[in-house]
Amino acid sequence: MKFPISWVSEFAKLPKDLDSDSITQALVGAGFEVEGVQNLADEIKGPIKFGKVISIEEITEYKKPIRWVSVDVGEIHNVICGAQNFKVGDHVVVALPGALLPGPFPITARETYGRTSDGMICSARELGMGDDHTGILVMEEQDSPIGSDAIATLGLDEVIFDVAINPDRGYAMSIRGIARELATAFNLDFQDPASLVEVNDANSQSGPIKVSIIEGADRIHLRSVSEVNPNAKSPLWMVRRLQMCGMRSISIAVDVTNYVMIELGQPLHAFDSDRIKGSIIVRSAKEIKTIKTLDEQQRELFPENLLIADESGALAIAGTMGGFESEVTSKTKAITIEAAHFDPVLIAKNARSHKLSTEASRRFERGVDPLLTHIASMRAVNLLVEHTGANYIGFNSVDNLKSAQKIQFDPQAPSKVIGGKYTNEVVQEVLRAIGCEIDESKKDLWQVTRPSWRPDLNASIDLVEEVARLNGYENIPSILPASPLSRGLTPAQRRRRRVVQLLANRGLTEVQSYPFVSAETISIMGFTGDRAKSYRLANPISEQEPFLRTHLVPGLIQTGLKNFSRGVRSLGIFEIGNIYRAINEPSDSPIIGVDTKPSAEEIAKLLAHVPKQPLCIGGFFAGAIERESWWGKGRNFDWSDATEAAVEVVRSCGYEPTIHASDFAPWHPGRCAELRVNGTMVGHSGELHPRVISALGLPERAGAFMVNLDAIPYPESVKAKSITTMVPTIQDIALIVKSEVVLADLTNALIQGAGELLEKIELFDRYQGAGVPEGQLSYAFTLTFRAADRTLTAEEVGGYRASAIVSANKACGAVLRS
Amino acid sequence: MSISIAEVEESAASALSAIAGAKDLAELKVVKIEHLGDKSGLSKASQALGKVAAEEKATFGKIVGEAKAKVSAAFEARIKVLESDRDARVLIEERVDVTLPLDRRSSGGIHPLTSLREDISDLFIGMGYEVAEGPEIEAEWLNFDALNIPADHPARTMQDTFFIEPISAGLVLRTHTSPVQIRTMLERTPPIYVICPGRTFRSDELDATHTPVFNQVEGLVIDRGITMANLKGTLDHFATAMFGQGIVTRLRPSFFPFTEPSAEVDIRCFACRGENTLENDSCRTCRGEGWIEWGGCGMVNPKVLQACGVDQNEFSGFAFGMGLERTLMFRHGITDMRDIVEGDIRFTQHFGAGR
Ligand SMILES: [Zn+2]
Repeated sequence: MKFPISWVSEFAKLPKDLDSDSITQALVGAGFEVEGVQNLADEIKGPIKFGKVISIEEITEYKKPIRWVSVDVGEIHNVICGAQNFKVGDHVVVALPGALLPGPFPITARETYGRTSDGMICSARELGMGDDHTGILVMEEQDSPIGSDAIATLGLDEVIFDVAINPDRGYAMSIRGIARELATAFNLDFQDPASLVEVNDANSQSGPIKVSIIEGADRIHLRSVSEVNPNAKSPLWMVRRLQMCGMRSISIAVDVTNYVMIELGQPLHAFDSDRIKGSIIVRSAKEIKTIKTLDEQQRELFPENLLIADESGALAIAGTMGGFESEVTSKTKAITIEAAHFDPVLIAKNARSHKLSTEASRRFERGVDPLLTHIASMRAVNLLVEHTGANYIGFNSVDNLKSAQKIQFDPQAPSKVIGGKYTNEVVQEVLRAIGCEIDESKKDLWQVTRPSWRPDLNASIDLVEEVARLNGYENIPSILPASPLSRGLTPAQRRRRRVVQLLANRGLTEVQSYPFVSAETISIMGFTGDRAKSYRLANPISEQEPFLRTHLVPGLIQTGLKNFSRGVRSLGIFEIGNIYRAINEPSDSPIIGVDTKPSAEEIAKLLAHVPKQPLCIGGFFAGAIERESWWGKGRNFDWSDATEAAVEVVRSCGYEPTIHASDFAPWHPGRCAELRVNGTMVGHSGELHPRVISALGLPERAGAFMVNLDAIPYPESVKAKSITTMVPTIQDIALIVKSEVVLADLTNALIQGAGELLEKIELFDRYQGAGVPEGQLSYAFTLTFRAADRTLTAEEVGGYRASAIVSANKACGAVLRS
Repeated sequence: MSISIAEVEESAASALSAIAGAKDLAELKVVKIEHLGDKSGLSKASQALGKVAAEEKATFGKIVGEAKAKVSAAFEARIKVLESDRDARVLIEERVDVTLPLDRRSSGGIHPLTSLREDISDLFIGMGYEVAEGPEIEAEWLNFDALNIPADHPARTMQDTFFIEPISAGLVLRTHTSPVQIRTMLERTPPIYVICPGRTFRSDELDATHTPVFNQVEGLVIDRGITMANLKGTLDHFATAMFGQGIVTRLRPSFFPFTEPSAEVDIRCFACRGENTLENDSCRTCRGEGWIEWGGCGMVNPKVLQACGVDQNEFSGFAFGMGLERTLMFRHGITDMRDIVEGDIRFTQHFGAGR
């Protein structure tokens, strides 16, 4: 909300020497964020005076008409002026040499059009008074005594504050509310502007327009005036104040309603009484389908929209925007001012359903003082009577207002919640400052009645907040709580740290990518079935990427591509994050209240409704893993680097994975490893599918892996093994098998056959060529045998070796290489 | 054949001189054969000993023995010297340039957001907290309703929140990590001391200060006698740990549906320490205000405690929340949010793999 501080000063007499920094600090301390302070005096300097036009000489020898004007500003100045909208005898604003206008635009006596122009006659825009530049500003005579200072009269030296109002503080969207806050902050007397309006409503329902409420409001006042002078203009001070609050002057009727709204906080609407058919009804739209609003938009109404209606249809979208048909025009002779107290939720819905956030709706949504309808409407009528010569006829009203519940309040509550000591006196002082009434008949449980303008105060905690706020948050002490002992990180959290550290130490760089993917990406990756079932966002940032990731590799590839586009040629990157698979179509949400804790059954249902989102870690590799230098040739990433990284991830989770050949998108069907722990699949790795590589323009042989960390169990604590001092016995075996045989099968067969005393088996050669038949491969292994309690004899170990060979022969057709 | 004493002495002297003159082990080996070998003068003298007359045998034998011992000792000493010379030379010859580059592989890096998350977790674990986590696709009830954000609240519009289709499923991408607080209160009984770091989502376009996917850390404490002073104490400790000694917090009254009283958390400007607040443009970091917005906080709203079944007669609590990206920007002088989120490996590699 924007406002000039002088308006506030009318009701809270701020000392003249109070600087704007102090006011800013007071507002911030009270919870009002100051978004801007504009000191107009910084932009304008005198002498700027009112003057009377004495004579005008039209100069015609130039392309455009120019005037040579004599003005009396207490002395005569001759000025060149290009505007035509004034005549001899008019009062105008003259900036004299030495003055400074906003721009900055310094005024000097200057030679122009062959004369010496000794000053400048100003337009409203040149004075920083808004955008009107249709001509120079012509003043009413009574507003502008000749030779007097125009800066003060026009409020050109005001200080304007722009303040953000939190949604719970509707009362502060008014001069009334701000003045009350500043009066409290600086400990000044506060004069409530609402109390300055004299209302004498003895003669009930004396107005011409009957009113009723069907729903959506608990109070409404209509006040009618007649014999409005259609040519009446808004007074200058009103126009200036509205301008400084960021509103344009429109017509006297609209200006008056806006002025009263800003001053008191009660939005008003002015209807042309003659265009209302029958009585006024507050109701929901239902069968009323449309309204043309005063912005001349034809709007389709929703049945639940709250309206001000008459017998012919909608007059206004209640609390939001008036209708075009009942608007006050330049021909209007009778005006009805409507002031109502609407249900805030319904006005919020009105505004949202029509995307119309207006000055009125913003106030109603946040809560308006319900006891203002008769006062604000009266204030508006008084202004109309004063400035349009209208006659006040009378009013009609409905008042269904219920008194607010008293708040049960323990005066110790502020001390208990805030910490520190708040005496009963301090608490009383704050509550009274904000307008509460306190019944202290029960000493430790006060009955507090909130002021009508604070509908946000509903419970004890709301009052506690006020005590904390008005005593200053800066006075809250700083005390660490005595916390219990922590169990530290969970196994999952420790695992997360370990795998991240592992990959970083392996030379991979961690990235974090957005989880949004396109249908095209899903198709390029070759995901099908459950792996392609993606959650779709109803409102994605980009319509091209409405899906949530089902896999980490696509995002890693995207990030890789971004790096390639910035000149990177080789990279190894990884990401740890959740993936989301919409394996089941989401069902309707369970409906749960908030008045008590949900039942165990409800909680279980709710938690089960949220899909599982496994935490995965993925990597992407492309280009060189080792560069060429003094040590020799470089080496490119290949399938084995991806698998090695994946295996190490699993190992750092406490398991040695088994590896199985797999055909799994987006990997190369012949170069994809599946990793299993205890027989359960936990991840895949290898070279990417050539189709993916070519579709995305990736470096050849780029690789990737992903491991589902949530699929790997947490190992039980390891039982130590006793370390034997017996020496091992080593045996080498060279076997020939058909090249289709997978090494893992051959190794497993050897392990099976070698028996329990086999400590270790290592492949040390893999050979194809001379001496090995076509289509076959030779594998050479070192087997290490050891017993805990004795040194093995050559004979015994020979037996194990033979048994291993027999097993390899049975399982894989392996024969001993001679 | 007979050998005179003089001959023996001459052989010994010539052997000693040859040993001393041997310049390396190979020469010494030749000297050894020549002067200590079977055909050397001293060996011949030993062999001749048998033929020496009995009365001279003792004297001659002693002389030969002494000469041999002297030469042997000289030989042993010389071999040690030459061996050590050789060893020293080999070490010099085998010298390599240890400053050769070793970057066969590029070095990796941990994203600074990850490191920051770990640092904050460790800080709070040290203060007796535990780290709680929750899902990113979250139930609306947990993300909004239970946090006193009713169905018609502006935060629940599509301008702010990503909704999962179909809307009737009541699933959103969590807009804050507060649903983790709710989950914790539903699952555990107080006292509760947790922090909740994690990824959060709001439908903002990416620019220098906004990203639709960002990280938060929230804290929740529910215990007996918890006050706003405890909140302030915790935030001061947190701020000092993050930004250094003397960086305290300022609370400003604010509004959040899930806390009451609510406050914005500012930190003392770490650039100017609030010492130059007179000149408006004096500090680019805080624009002369002396304070920088860091996060939000407050006492847990009784309505939230009610929805989570926390006994309000016994327990009260506080909550706070900060953006990790913002904290990271402050700590490391990052001026553009996009550097953090775009995944340019140069950004992360600069932070390295350790701390
Ligand atoms: Zn600063």
